[in-house]
Amino acid sequence: MDQLLSWISAHQEMIYIVVLMIFVGIEVIGRVPSVLHTPLMSGANAIHGVVIIGAIIVMGKAEEGNTIALILGFLAVVLGTLNVVGGFVVTDRMLEMFKKKK
Amino acid sequence: MELNLLALCYLFGSVSFIVGLKMLSNPASARKGNLFAAAGMSIAILGTIFLYQEDGVKLGNYGWIFGGLLLGSIVGTLMAKRVQMTSMPEMVSLFNGMGGACAALISIIEFRHLVKGNPNQTISAVGSFSGLDQTTLLIILLGLIIGAVSFAGSMIAWGKLNGKIKDFSFKGQHIANLLLFAITILMAADIVIARPEASPLFFYLIIFFSIVYGVFFVLPIGGADMPVVISLLNSFTGVAAACGGFLYSNKVMLTGGILVGAAGTLLTILMCKAMNRSLKNVLIGSFGASATTGQGSAAMVGSYKEISLSDAAVVMGYANKVMIVPGYGLAVAQAQHVCHELEKTLEARGVEVKYAIHPVAGRMPGHMNVLLAEADVSYEKLLEMEIANEEFKSADVVLILGANDVVNPAAKSDPASPIYGMPILEVEEAKHVIVNKRSMKPGYAGIENQLFFQPKTSMLFGDAKKALQDLLAEIRNI
Repeated sequence: MDQLLSWISAHQEMIYIVVLMIFVGIEVIGRVPSVLHTPLMSGANAIHGVVIIGAIIVMGKAEEGNTIALILGFLAVVLGTLNVVGGFVVTDRMLEMFKKKK
Repeated sequence: MELNLLALCYLFGSVSFIVGLKMLSNPASARKGNLFAAAGMSIAILGTIFLYQEDGVKLGNYGWIFGGLLLGSIVGTLMAKRVQMTSMPEMVSLFNGMGGACAALISIIEFRHLVKGNPNQTISAVGSFSGLDQTTLLIILLGLIIGAVSFAGSMIAWGKLNGKIKDFSFKGQHIANLLLFAITILMAADIVIARPEASPLFFYLIIFFSIVYGVFFVLPIGGADMPVVISLLNSFTGVAAACGGFLYSNKVMLTGGILVGAAGTLLTILMCKAMNRSLKNVLIGSFGASATTGQGSAAMVGSYKEISLSDAAVVMGYANKVMIVPGYGLAVAQAQHVCHELEKTLEARGVEVKYAIHPVAGRMPGHMNVLLAEADVSYEKLLEMEIANEEFKSADVVLILGANDVVNPAAKSDPASPIYGMPILEVEEAKHVIVNKRSMKPGYAGIENQLFFQPKTSMLFGDAKKALQDLLAEIRNI
């Protein structure tokens, strides 16, 4: 119990972010028209590509000799980039069509 | 100084995600919102590469990092640019899987560091109430499990949507799934409590089990429910990314991940609501299980009548009001442009033309809107379900283009039907219904449609694009 309490107080900044972001996430898309469901899902998909930052950190820290870490890290960077770049480009392509006819 | 600058980059990134998502939920600002979020992401990425440091040590391996970024960017852009509008949902699922795999890989690498010892140098400890932090381990495992499940599930969803993987379920699958999940959690708990030195084998088993679980999780779910599953997996990946944020005390990863986790969950629920089903019903009461009842009612089919092109042309050309119901068949045939041509030709003859869009028409909510927008169909002509159901009463002709389950009256009348309870487009309110399909084959849910056998319904067989082109030529001839 003591451990748990001290853990919470040590991480309160992170916990605050988590709690607030849950509300922001729900609030922000609460009134989306169903027309935009697909682009919105695609856009959100691109945003969670932020995991790429973790991949870059892991890659940047891998030691020279550690081949497995290098390969896995490289793979993580490639996959993460696919998620980010592919996600944003696909979303843009979808939305481009909405704009054209206006 | 550099670290302060990095904090600023991350702050901008976080804000851009929130504002971007907000702008994405409004048609007028959606595109700018997407670009804004992309800009925030780029700044966060560049900031990480050049400014990030840990204990005063900067990141190395620039060659590998830029190589990976370049490769991923080129392949990602090509894939996203080349993909047909019809395959968008698959693409989202595929990219989502990549994100999940990325999160899982990060966890694997960090775990390997931990096992090798020297944890203080390799892990930026998230608090430390003991030398080798249990919280860190827990978060690594969480990121691994969620990421791997999301990866495997997305790959199956991707395969299902492009028709490479068929529905598959066996008796007691839900129990097997639960068991699989329980074992995974138990092994994870063992690692956290007993420390990694004791059980690196368990760690690799967890990877394997998570992937198997992801596969079994999605396999029995029917194709019609795939959008909901993709949206759910999308929010999973968000949470996996947030785990990375916790691991590195990285605020932008945490913000982005949780934001998508929460928004994705809400979007999933909104989609379920559109189909009048609960999430539990989608995940557990899968279509596969009730396939037998669907076939049972198939026995009561009657006879259907075909309509010739010239008859169809006359009926539509002299109607006052025509409502078009687009479905997946239109998307597959890439018939949206011809469809728009037909609309213009009919309007030139004084016929009022509108589109009735079911919330889950096609393979994903909004799928039809995207397609028709591509063909320059005006925004005001696309009616949402409730309004469309009112308008059907005054319509002379309803033209159904490759839609099936969303117009199946069994959803209202047959409690034994697997789609019972799903709101549908009530096309039988109109005076005449013309259905364009390639054959009498059932739709995605695998069940027969009584609508096709009703007296006011006539069938126009053929590929949607070909049929529409011929129909267009006939109408111009009258």
